[in-house]
Amino acid sequence: MKYVDEYRDRDLARTVAAAIAAEADPDRSYHFMEFCGGHTHAIFRYGVQDLMPENVHFVHGPGCPVCVLPVARLDDAVELAERYGVILCTYGDMMRVPGTKQRSLIRAKADGADVRMVYSTADALRIARENPDRQVVFFAIGFETTTPPTAVALKTAEAEKLGNFSVFCNHVLTPSAISHILESPEVRDLGIVKIDGFLGPSHVSSVIGSQPYEFFAEEFQKPVVIAGFEPLDVMQSVLMLIRQVNDGRCEVENEYTRVVTEEGNVKAQTLVSEVFELRKSFDWRGLGTVPYSALRIRDRFAKFDAEKQFELSVKASREVKSCECPSILRGVKKPTDCKLFGTVCTPQSPVGSCMVSSEGACAAYWTYGRFRDQQPSKLEAAE
Amino acid sequence: MTAADLRLAANASNARGSVDMTHGAGGRAMADLIRDVFHKHLANDYLAQGNDGALLGSVSGRLVMAADSHVISPLFFPGGDIGALSVHGTVNDVAMMGARPLWLSASFIIEEGFPLADLERIVVSMALAARQAGVPVVTGDTKVVEKGKGDGVFISTTGVGVLSEATDIGGGNARPGDAIIVSGTMGDHGIAILSKREHLDFETEILSDTQPLNDLVAAMLAAVPGIRVLRDPTRGGLSATLNEIAHQSKVGMVIRETAVPVNPEVAAACELLGLDPLNVANEGKLIAICGADDAATLLAAMRSHPKGLDAALIGEVVADEHALVTMRTRLGGMRVVDWIAGEQLPRIC
Repeated sequence: MKYVDEYRDRDLARTVAAAIAAEADPDRSYHFMEFCGGHTHAIFRYGVQDLMPENVHFVHGPGCPVCVLPVARLDDAVELAERYGVILCTYGDMMRVPGTKQRSLIRAKADGADVRMVYSTADALRIARENPDRQVVFFAIGFETTTPPTAVALKTAEAEKLGNFSVFCNHVLTPSAISHILESPEVRDLGIVKIDGFLGPSHVSSVIGSQPYEFFAEEFQKPVVIAGFEPLDVMQSVLMLIRQVNDGRCEVENEYTRVVTEEGNVKAQTLVSEVFELRKSFDWRGLGTVPYSALRIRDRFAKFDAEKQFELSVKASREVKSCECPSILRGVKKPTDCKLFGTVCTPQSPVGSCMVSSEGACAAYWTYGRFRDQQPSKLEAAE
Repeated sequence: MTAADLRLAANASNARGSVDMTHGAGGRAMADLIRDVFHKHLANDYLAQGNDGALLGSVSGRLVMAADSHVISPLFFPGGDIGALSVHGTVNDVAMMGARPLWLSASFIIEEGFPLADLERIVVSMALAARQAGVPVVTGDTKVVEKGKGDGVFISTTGVGVLSEATDIGGGNARPGDAIIVSGTMGDHGIAILSKREHLDFETEILSDTQPLNDLVAAMLAAVPGIRVLRDPTRGGLSATLNEIAHQSKVGMVIRETAVPVNPEVAAACELLGLDPLNVANEGKLIAICGADDAATLLAAMRSHPKGLDAALIGEVVADEHALVTMRTRLGGMRVVDWIAGEQLPRIC
């Protein structure tokens, strides 16, 4: 597959791995947090860790939009589907996320709620057009990558005067979350996470550009390399981070130059700012309340804002206390540090959000990487 | 089924109107439906007996029976439809036991209001599939459910086949050192279905691989009678099937990503949707496990058959008490190849 296979080439991977091994200082260790779940997925799916020296570690960050959605917002979505009887349209990964008392959208669907999986906001609009006598709510989640399509949907609904379509907006912002990981007081409670640098988001950065991370790199003195989602992108970015660490530099570098520019997609940014505005604060699953970290729909589009059209009454949402998702999302703990991992919490019966989404650290580790604990000799056997 | 066959099936029906409750009530309407649609197209000596059951006669060897129900959406998809699929699914289940499929039964549950033309098109396709597989539908049943209590048509088929005394095929037979072979590209059927069900328009049309595999299995067994395991990787795809076998046999498996054949169109569609082709369903492919010494012979036999042209040796069975299936990735790393959790869902970004 052109433009994809090139970034999974084994010979090139060996070359980059050799460069990493040569440049990584054996007298120190390197801990790099990949913010995006897409990177976590790529690292596990392609076995990138196997090509790293022993002193280079990946720390899995909070960048999975499914994982960071707080239980209360999910409970709200279930309420929309059950109490108000709307057609609730959602991206696939959201279907199985457990809310309070393990109630999920897929369970609500089984009990008769009209929950539909869509691939795009255009699908949700189509469903609204096809069901003029039903209220259709698009359950919008995601970082800066999925926000512009939601903005397009809202503008389309306005242009078409769709009276039965609204958006339950849960879009969140990357830079504020990265800052929060390092500076929030909870970090001290949960434990210090060692991070020497960040693999910066790729798809997110294609929208917002690399510029927003410059303040962050300087303020927190952490190097950032914007990295593509292909495994060779990840490896090349690790090499760039190692070079920065070795040189004592803390800069924003862009490995993903084939897509990301310094200023990003200005047209998309304009569209987003036309439709959305900042929330003063937003709760993240695992991170708690993060100031100015999410978007809400501007008043101009109030008639398409599900939060204004429906009275959402969920007050007491609860997470399972023994679930370590909060610490895992921050990179403080590994999936295997959670006593629920692989016992009561598996992709078949997830307890925490990190086990649900294919981009979640626990799901990626269980699905692709659990042999590392069970069978250290398997690698040699396969050689 | 060839494109010409599909056109024939599409154009075969002159039926008008739709199925109503009288078609399932046991009266004249039902008798007419059976005569004009089912018997007309599926005609054979067994159906002509006209009794409640088919008198099959005696066979020499051990009997194998398999059942399969088909509830697919959409009913008509690129490369096939529920009629052909209901034949192929059960024929292949019997064949995966190493048996020669002999007869099929077919039970239809039809939703009130279903167009008669579509029903006839499905039965024509079923008849073509049965003829191509050489396995007649010898008995059947029809029920009609009220509007809203079905989803168009459900078809349940049962197959009976005969197995020679010498053949010993089963999911528990894999042993460390054995070779793992697939008969062709993975994921075609699932992506073909998905493209239609979710209104995803790809630039090239991906066709389902639905086809009967009994002739391929016969050729394989003729070449290597000692095949240990045969299985068609339907729902859950290659990954689920390998995991099933690994657990049955209490062994591990190591496969190589670069050795697993995947059509470029399917690979591209999976990339777009964030799916793994190893998890995507197939309806006309099989997995074979045999002793390492037999692998070359089996591969040659498969590749000399039209349904095994893309056959590939994808890995080996290894000793592993955890029954893990792992894969050497194209990048050179290792990963687990796991069962998917429920339905495979696209990633968000």
